[in-house]
Amino acid sequence: MRRLVLILCLLATPLWAVEPDEMLADPALEARARDISTGLRCLVCRNESIDESHAELARDLRLLVRERLVEGDSNAELVDYVVERYGEYVLLRPTTSGANLVLWLAGPGMALLGLGLAFGYLRRQSRRKDEGESTSDGLSDAESARLREIMED
Amino acid sequence: MIVELGHFTLILAFAVSIFQMVVPLVGAQKGWPEWMAAAAPAATAQFLLTAVSFGALTFAFVTSDFSVALVTANSHTLKPLLYKITGVWGNHEGSLLLWVLILTLFGAMAAWFGGNLPPRLRARVLGVQSSIGVAFFGFILFTSNPFLRLESPPMNGGDLNPLLQDPGLAFHPPFLYLGYVGLSMAFSFAVAALMEGRVDAAWGRWVRPWTLAAWLFLTIGIGLGSWWAYYELGWGGFWFWDPVENASFMPWLISAALLHSAIVVEKREALKSWTILLAILAFGFSLIGTFIVRSGVITSVHAFANDPERGVFILFILAFFMGGAFLLFALRAGAMEAKGVFALVSREGALIVNNLLLAVSALVVFIGTIWPLLAEMFFDRTLSVGPPFFNSAFSPFVFVLAVVLPIGALMPWKRANIGRALRPLLPAFGLALAGGLLAYSVASGQSAIGPIFIGLSVWLVAGAVIDLYTRTGRGALAGRLSRLTRLPRADWGKAVAHAGFGLTLFGVAALTTYESEDIRIAHIGESYAVGPYAITLTDVREHDGPNYIALMGTVEVERDGRPVATLHPERRFYPVAAMPTTEAAIDGGFTRDVYVVLGEAQQGGFALRTYIKPWANWIWGGSIIMALGGALSLSDRRYRVAAGARRQAEPKGVPAE
Repeated sequence: MRRLVLILCLLATPLWAVEPDEMLADPALEARARDISTGLRCLVCRNESIDESHAELARDLRLLVRERLVEGDSNAELVDYVVERYGEYVLLRPTTSGANLVLWLAGPGMALLGLGLAFGYLRRQSRRKDEGESTSDGLSDAESARLREIMED
Repeated sequence: MIVELGHFTLILAFAVSIFQMVVPLVGAQKGWPEWMAAAAPAATAQFLLTAVSFGALTFAFVTSDFSVALVTANSHTLKPLLYKITGVWGNHEGSLLLWVLILTLFGAMAAWFGGNLPPRLRARVLGVQSSIGVAFFGFILFTSNPFLRLESPPMNGGDLNPLLQDPGLAFHPPFLYLGYVGLSMAFSFAVAALMEGRVDAAWGRWVRPWTLAAWLFLTIGIGLGSWWAYYELGWGGFWFWDPVENASFMPWLISAALLHSAIVVEKREALKSWTILLAILAFGFSLIGTFIVRSGVITSVHAFANDPERGVFILFILAFFMGGAFLLFALRAGAMEAKGVFALVSREGALIVNNLLLAVSALVVFIGTIWPLLAEMFFDRTLSVGPPFFNSAFSPFVFVLAVVLPIGALMPWKRANIGRALRPLLPAFGLALAGGLLAYSVASGQSAIGPIFIGLSVWLVAGAVIDLYTRTGRGALAGRLSRLTRLPRADWGKAVAHAGFGLTLFGVAALTTYESEDIRIAHIGESYAVGPYAITLTDVREHDGPNYIALMGTVEVERDGRPVATLHPERRFYPVAAMPTTEAAIDGGFTRDVYVVLGEAQQGGFALRTYIKPWANWIWGGSIIMALGGALSLSDRRYRVAAGARRQAEPKGVPAE
């Protein structure tokens, strides 16, 4: 009896993402649905899109996406509709509005800043070389000898 | 009794770590040799005590001692022995104990093999290393004691999370910790150097093996985690940009930058303060990773309240070590004069570009990971940052890195000529172009991004081969080939690691470009085509495992009428943990994986997912090759740590070569 219950548990738990019975017959529409689904977050999961999630809520959202697509929504209309209902939390690709610009520009901005700093460093360095400034390292003779010994090994 | 012994030795190790933090540092400051010399035996003692403590906890797990609260929560008598052992670190408290075990092991190794370090530097390194130990011993003993007993032990335990009962994930944490903790050595060396106020080529040479070791263990650990996600989570993704994954990826990126900049310090005595900064940052990211994984603050903002004590404690550790190190850096970094000067276009210049790209890409991962938290705290916006962001914000840096890498690798030190560096690479460029075009023609009608990255991966691998070949000098082919075998291991390591990076890039690009998927209700005995393969579900039956029950399907895979494989995808149910898992069945191959997942019974058949995943194994194959390159570099003659000891036995006054 206990075993039977366990088997029933196993059969009853929906274990995976997109189910065959959810899929649309039209391959073009289904492809759009999959594409949109991968960009929408499952609200009750840790960090999964509704396309990957096993949760009941994700299934509802997947069905909703397909329903709206069949009714003729464009991708943008559909995403707007979902965001209106669930907030921007569902978007796995954050918008570029307002403070999010910081997020999007941090990488390119730091890269440019870093390039600038590196350039400045190299310029200063070559100028110092031209002036023939000594680059003594403050090592005593014994230390220099020991250093050479280590480096030669 | 043994459990109490483990608890006791842990407390003793805590005491020794406090001793080892204070005495050598004071000794180094005052110049007292006896005090400085106390560091090495203390490091050994600390390691032995922690090892006994770890052994005691392992004993409790193996013998299923359910009077220990941790064993009750994470083990079960029916669990296979392997997972009883790996269960020791399959939880917060036990994994922290493993963390300090590795920390003290590294400290002890620095003591054992650090004979050729100047005594003052050695005392400082061990003192700083021990201060990290003090923090983590304190963390364990005050907030996360693994040795707590239960008043009335239950008959059996709550079982380890079934997802963790898997060889891939069982060994994933130890490798990651070897990496994280290896970076603590680089940190200790950096802080010790700041205390000394001096960084020289020898320092670069000492710090590089630890960084290399840390990086290669991180590579293996991340590879194992990604491989596990691929076959266990049931849809064959290999990287999810999950905060916990990012937590291990950021130190990997920074340590990759560090091990390159340490070369510049060693060979050219330049980029000193930058290298110190990277060493501090690398360990900082390890601590941030620890914080992210253990406090739950990022995955779910509200989980922080569940365990504020632990989160706050790690935050304190992070603030103390980063704050202290940065303060010291601000005070002392100015004193670090660069000796070697170099032109913009040179090996040094190329390594600066490498460092810039790796550091900025780590920053992109970092800001993407914490942005949801910042947005909620400061802008009152609840939002998500998911894979689409990381893919578009991170990939450009990978692209530039891959373009520049083979060119930079061929440049000479000090001053280079781009044209001269490019000339030997012409064949690589031709191959890359051909590879990219071929990839584009096969993937008709898709975006060009996949084929571009495939071309780049050819560029990287061919570039690595050419790099190695140009090291053999001039002359007849036979002579050059024989010289190839006598190249220093570091040269081999460099080429192998760069080629491994190319192979991983190839696997990722090819998999994402050419993957095909089929989802349907399969009826028993009915066959259908997925790509060039004919798939038939022939049977679904019950199957009993040691601590689970399962539904197991039998799927025949054929190609052109010839059988390719018989696969057994499973759906398991672990009764004790009340948790279901999917076990995908994979026919792994050199050029493709056939990946089958069994679903629910529906409409007289079973839901069945079939994926053809081209070149998937190259992702992890490439990671292994990258790690192998690291290992080759590490075994280079000049890093062999015992070299200093051996030298002293040689007679003095050997004539110069």
